[in-house]
Amino acid sequence: MDIIVVFLIICGLVFFTGGAVGILRFPDFYTRLHPAGKMDTLGSFLMVLAVSLFNLREFSWAAVLTSLKILLIVLFIFILNPTATHAIVDAGFRAGMRPWTKKDKGK
Amino acid sequence: MKEHLAEVKTLHLGNVSGSRSGGLPEHPAPRPIFSRIITFIVLIGVWVILSGKFDLFHLSLGLISCAIVTILSGDLLFPETRTGGLFRHILPVINYVPWLLYQVVLANLHILYLVFHPRMMELIDPQIIRFDSTLKKEISLVTFANSITLTPGTITMYVSVEGAFQVHAIDKASADPLPGEMERRIARAFEDE
Repeated sequence: MDIIVVFLIICGLVFFTGGAVGILRFPDFYTRLHPAGKMDTLGSFLMVLAVSLFNLREFSWAAVLTSLKILLIVLFIFILNPTATHAIVDAGFRAGMRPWTKKDKGK
Repeated sequence: MKEHLAEVKTLHLGNVSGSRSGGLPEHPAPRPIFSRIITFIVLIGVWVILSGKFDLFHLSLGLISCAIVTILSGDLLFPETRTGGLFRHILPVINYVPWLLYQVVLANLHILYLVFHPRMMELIDPQIIRFDSTLKKEISLVTFANSITLTPGTITMYVSVEGAFQVHAIDKASADPLPGEMERRIARAFEDE
């Protein structure tokens, strides 16, 4: 059980790290949102899953309830994260920010 | 813009005159009692999970407040459902979620590969693609847009009511599968045909 939990947490951390590195490395606003908005979703999904599993290692109904509450967080993240990302992109697009393309590489 | 305003005005006026000529406000279509029951069950489930107390007092409090919410706004959660329509959709929806999760993991791995690739700037090729979706219902358009944003490599920039999509994709491999498979699965899960 502990092995699964540790494995899930490490996977989550890898995705979070990827997200952070991606924000630093990608060239412009829109491409940076790709790792920022979504690697976080999967990373937090894996970590929250690990936490709720860890919480269940001594089985009791109270622990089950707590785990269900933790899993509710995942549900909300899955609805909220794409919506927030879309709102940010939309704001950037409305403000007239031009997406980076390969042709702009010289800049 | 002006045309649009005029349209809104006539619509509004039409509504007012309609309710006046009818005397009483029109009775709404037969209440979708079915969707209300489902709403109530969902609310009770959330209540029990969040309260975590199983004595009579707390359960009855939950029952009463869930009933009030269901009566007041029971048609918010499943607005278009007619009787019998819901069960037909439950299976494909349950079928859709694991597939979406699988796609999210695949696409995340792809972005992870891009992020750590030393020649990342040569691999990515950001582009905006436009396509028209065949989906009709609002709920399927919303699900489609959210699914596109959830799978890394693509972000929905704009959706119109008619289903015109504008998607920002980070490279060719992310842009190619759209709309394709995902749209077909959503159509099976949410559309009526």
